[in-house]
Amino acid sequence: MLKFLAKGLLRDRTRSFFPILIIASGVMLTVLFFSWINGYAMMLIAENARFETGHVKIVTRAYKELIDQKPYDLGLMNVNERIEVLSSEYPQIYWQPRIYFGNLLDLPDKKGETLSQGEVIGFGVDLFTDSYEQELLNLKEALSNGNLPTKQGEILISQEVAEKIGININDVITLIGSTMYGSMAMHNFTVSGMVRFGIQAMDRGAVIVDIADVRLFLDMEDSASEILGFLPKYNEDTTFEISSIFNKKYTNKDDEFSEIMLPLRTQGQMEFLLATMDQRMGMFIFIFIFVMSLVLWNSGLMNGIRRYGEIGIRLAIGESKGHIYRSLILESLLIGIVATIIGTAIGLIFSYLLQNYGIDMSSMLKDAKVIMSTTMRAQVTPTSYFIGFIPGVFASVIGAMVSGIGIYKRNTAQLFKELEI
Amino acid sequence: MRNLIITILMFIPLIIFAEYPSGEMLLKKIDENMYSENIISVSTMIIHSRRATKTMKLKSWKNGDNSSFSEYLSPPKNAGTKMLKLDNNLWIYNPQADRTIRISGHMLRQSVMGSDLSYEDMMEEDEISKIYQAEVIGEEVINEADCWILMLTAKVADVNYQTRKIWVDKTKYLALREERFGKSGKLLKTTTIDEVFLVGKRWYPKKIMFKDVLKKGKGTELIIESIEFDANIPASIFSKASLRK
Repeated sequence: MLKFLAKGLLRDRTRSFFPILIIASGVMLTVLFFSWINGYAMMLIAENARFETGHVKIVTRAYKELIDQKPYDLGLMNVNERIEVLSSEYPQIYWQPRIYFGNLLDLPDKKGETLSQGEVIGFGVDLFTDSYEQELLNLKEALSNGNLPTKQGEILISQEVAEKIGININDVITLIGSTMYGSMAMHNFTVSGMVRFGIQAMDRGAVIVDIADVRLFLDMEDSASEILGFLPKYNEDTTFEISSIFNKKYTNKDDEFSEIMLPLRTQGQMEFLLATMDQRMGMFIFIFIFVMSLVLWNSGLMNGIRRYGEIGIRLAIGESKGHIYRSLILESLLIGIVATIIGTAIGLIFSYLLQNYGIDMSSMLKDAKVIMSTTMRAQVTPTSYFIGFIPGVFASVIGAMVSGIGIYKRNTAQLFKELEI
Repeated sequence: MRNLIITILMFIPLIIFAEYPSGEMLLKKIDENMYSENIISVSTMIIHSRRATKTMKLKSWKNGDNSSFSEYLSPPKNAGTKMLKLDNNLWIYNPQADRTIRISGHMLRQSVMGSDLSYEDMMEEDEISKIYQAEVIGEEVINEADCWILMLTAKVADVNYQTRKIWVDKTKYLALREERFGKSGKLLKTTTIDEVFLVGKRWYPKKIMFKDVLKKGKGTELIIESIEFDANIPASIFSKASLRK
């Protein structure tokens, strides 16, 4: 039966060419859109995890209340001991303490008087124990001038800030801020290098210092703003599961400094962004199926008119209406599958191109507050290979099912009269 | 008889108000206790922040309303930190960074060493009779001391607190309790004098508790260890050069 139908479709190309063209185009767009949304989501997750959220994050309850302000005075204490415990309880997770701090960067003249100043956002990360944070923050690739810090007291400054304030490599600058206890704090650092991340939120004013220096500077001995946890591979369900177990064990509602674990998705605007993307994808597939079904319904009707005689003869020689209807659906299934394969293949080619080369969106992200790469890329995943089958095959089959209803409206008694015409 | 009653009723308010002294006079009495042209003091500041208590010791030199100099003596982390106030300018010297920074703009609203006092509080005029007009609005007993309640309203434009409510000891002329309000009428800070002592002929606060109402924490205690009025202070101390010495 299938072979017979396939031969029919190949020999009578008017039956298959336009439906295949329509479905393949739609499937190609679906695959490309899915891969692009996927790439955007993966980029958003990866970039935010690296710089901001981790896959999970541990903070105090008091800190969580004001988390947007990064109040390091409400941060975690006895951090080294805590990381040892966490490492034994969750060996699959890599734990990294961080301190985020807002500061005034002051460049002195030869007399020690202020030459120029600017506000910066400081990242206190472990630069020397191992290379994990350096790799996580992509520091080697981000280095635009000078070297990475090799000893305590050295600092990395965003290229944009350095140019704005007039800082050169090996200049001694002073960071001015408040200690964990609110006293004014000043600390001198030597500029070892400048970085450019390609992320507006970072390039606008980030400075990166070893966490030991920050602890000394801000009077935060063995303390941290947050402890970030990184799974070998991000899995949303795992982050929720681990957080739930951790919070049951460690979060105490009566102690504002008890710890709370936050999965990536619940942090900042991530929930909103990821949910919006899921909705957009679902909406796109629904609209695609709906519109394609209408188009294919129309195409089926046109085909029905063109094959009016053929179906009439088939009915006249005794083929049941149900059999004809099923054969039309089977035909549409074949068309759907073939078109989806063609559309998926073309969609994947474009997706891979977008994955490898990306599109520079820096001009559109000048004021972005979310940590986001300025180059948008697609991300091809195993799902990209079959996501097109849902709208492609469904639209084709639904279109055939709706247009094929006309078969049941044919009056057998009128057939010979119609065929005479 | 009717005329007599009317006459008595007319005099009752006068009799009541006659019991209240002049607000201006009370402010001058407070200034006589608190203000001196030259003061050298050593004090301990205990900061009860949200998470920890920190104790700091500092020595201060003050000349008139316009110049003051402070040096933190302990703890070691803060020792050597110096502050200089000259007219409307404030500089802070940090020995770790060997840098002197001028505190200005929004930084003046920041807390001094994490305490409940701001740099703006430090910059304020010492003689309150110069910046506020006062009205006595009642009386109350505070820490077993009879006090006048005064409502102070700023008579100059550039003040940190538009109004203040103070409870002045009737005999020692010290503001045992104080509430400081912003322009919107919102309570911003409170101070309480828990202990006083006699220095020569002046009554002076020994232990003061400052509380920034907008800040979580248990307040900042300031304990005056020693104080010397009309001290001989060399003018050179009130210079930027002395910050690095």
